[in-house]
Amino acid sequence: MRKLSTPYLLLIPGMGFLFTFFLLPLLNLAQTSTQTPVGGGDTGEYEQSWRFANYLDAFLENKEQFGRSFLYALLATVLALAIAYPLAYTIAFKGGRFKNVLLVLVIAPFFTSFLLRTIAWKQILGEEGPVVPTLRSLHIISESTTLTSSAFAVVMGLTYNFLPFMTLPLYASIDRIDPRTLEASGDLYANGFTTFRRVTLPLSMPGVVAGTLLTFIPAAGDYVNAAILGSPQTKMLGNVIESRYFKIVDYPTAAALSFTLMAAILILVTVYVRKAGTEELV
Amino acid sequence: MSDVASSARGDLKLSHITKSYGDFTAVNDLSLTIPEGSFFALLGPSGCGKTTTLRMIAGLEEPTQGTISLGATEITHTKPYQRPINTVFQNYALFPHLTIFENIAFGLRRRGIKDVNDAVNKALELVELPHLAQRKPTQLSGGQQQRIALARAIVNRPALLLLDEPLGALDLKLRRQMQIELKWIQKEVGITFVHVTHDQEEAMTMADTIAVMNEGEIEQMGSPASLYDNPKTAFVANFLGQSNLIKGSITGSDGANQIVDLFGQKISLQKDRSHAVDNSILAGIRPEKFRISRLETSTSGNILTGGKIEDVSYIGVSTQYQVLMPWGQELMVFEQNDDGVAPFSVGESVNISWEPIFTFALRGDDDAEAGTEVNPEEDLDEE
Repeated sequence: MRKLSTPYLLLIPGMGFLFTFFLLPLLNLAQTSTQTPVGGGDTGEYEQSWRFANYLDAFLENKEQFGRSFLYALLATVLALAIAYPLAYTIAFKGGRFKNVLLVLVIAPFFTSFLLRTIAWKQILGEEGPVVPTLRSLHIISESTTLTSSAFAVVMGLTYNFLPFMTLPLYASIDRIDPRTLEASGDLYANGFTTFRRVTLPLSMPGVVAGTLLTFIPAAGDYVNAAILGSPQTKMLGNVIESRYFKIVDYPTAAALSFTLMAAILILVTVYVRKAGTEELV
Repeated sequence: MSDVASSARGDLKLSHITKSYGDFTAVNDLSLTIPEGSFFALLGPSGCGKTTTLRMIAGLEEPTQGTISLGATEITHTKPYQRPINTVFQNYALFPHLTIFENIAFGLRRRGIKDVNDAVNKALELVELPHLAQRKPTQLSGGQQQRIALARAIVNRPALLLLDEPLGALDLKLRRQMQIELKWIQKEVGITFVHVTHDQEEAMTMADTIAVMNEGEIEQMGSPASLYDNPKTAFVANFLGQSNLIKGSITGSDGANQIVDLFGQKISLQKDRSHAVDNSILAGIRPEKFRISRLETSTSGNILTGGKIEDVSYIGVSTQYQVLMPWGQELMVFEQNDDGVAPFSVGESVNISWEPIFTFALRGDDDAEAGTEVNPEEDLDEE
């Protein structure tokens, strides 16, 4: 009896926390999403009317931001994967005794505030930063082109901010690969590229899936990068929700958008995980 | 994959191979020829350079100096995937994400062979595991994984199959069984096998030819019987089985034999079993060649008198004795328990005798302890 009850007892703090601070607010939010303004009432006064058309209105009004959120998140995820994979591979296979130092360097940016680092990107990409003059002198961008307040800056910010979330799971799964399986692949007539495609990549899939999820999900809901590095033309859904909630005090629309975003991410993630077939992997 | 290297066949020849890592020389000026179709063993303790040698043959390491060729083709700097050589890795290195079938088909598919079914099924039958084709490697026992690793290599019909401590992770009984099976499979497929091991019994059971390696060099090479009966160095004498090595000097000659003085007692030695360079020698006799007799019993052949039984261990098929000689050395004697003679007991005074043909002689300045400190059961994971 005692043996059986201990695991459940250990679950209580976590479950209690999630119930109070996640499930209850979520139910409250669900309720809010179907409210309508009180006729003749003040701004921010709403009554429960179960108006599910709120969802359709909210979506149609913000289709563009929806699309942008997913596009930016996708670009940032692909970029982060392209940067993090070689990085994680190098640390895992060539890091030697510097492995731990290199891993600390990967998470070192976390020691500074997320906001501060994002604001720093504004300077890096600004007129006085190193990037713009260099690109101009190389004639890659014209004299009149700026990089701040652009989609480019937002995607860069997202990529940068979520890079460690991509790198760490990738490292964890690449580090688990027995280097002898790679030697075996070479021994069995596979060249470097084939070995990567047939052995390394499939064996690191759990890391790829975990890393892309940890990047894509928060990036799709992010609003800080778009707020600091973007312009009104690069608004993401997070920015809309923020302004609906805090500026326009339109709680039902903000809540409906939050739920729609959550559902869309859930569907995408389910399809992705199914496709990646990670349950097949050891 | 139709280039010259991948179709090379013939004897494997290593010429003056040296491999250094900084100041450390793992393999030193090693030359050897492995005839096509033979079962060859590289035997030696951990760190003797045998695994490095194997990896250079596989193409996983490049020699610092020297050349490797297969038949008429030099393959010293050929990439592993371009060599007609496959390896059974220590701990097998099966691909955990692929089924057993796909593991075995891997090499065939990489060479662009479309219809792999027949070849893979035949390989699975050869190792007697056709029912496991759709399993994953982690669902198999160690012994089964070992067989699959073998099937995965053999299915490619390489010119050369390399086995890196292939049985090291198996328990004793399974190891014995696999030794016999590997030998049978080698005869069946006719591929040259090069087998790296630190287990002298394993090497002797399977190989036609053994090269004993020590500190990056080959100490001696030959058939298991010739190495055992006529070792050239103390290292070989001690590493392959056990030896009693007694300091002595050659005092004269008698036809095909030499007369040797061992602490005042004369014995004889066949000239072709002597590897001494001068009169100072280490006389060697294997423990099972000795016969113990009570003082009153008359014996023939070489006789050493004045022994005293120090220790007796009964181990079933034989009894092992430690006999203290007058000059303070303890000799080891294995007596078969088959002659009905009552076992000797501790403290008894005895004589030791043996047939003169079983005496071998090493250089007098050789280290009599060389090769004894190595415990072959230890340290399975070299490098």
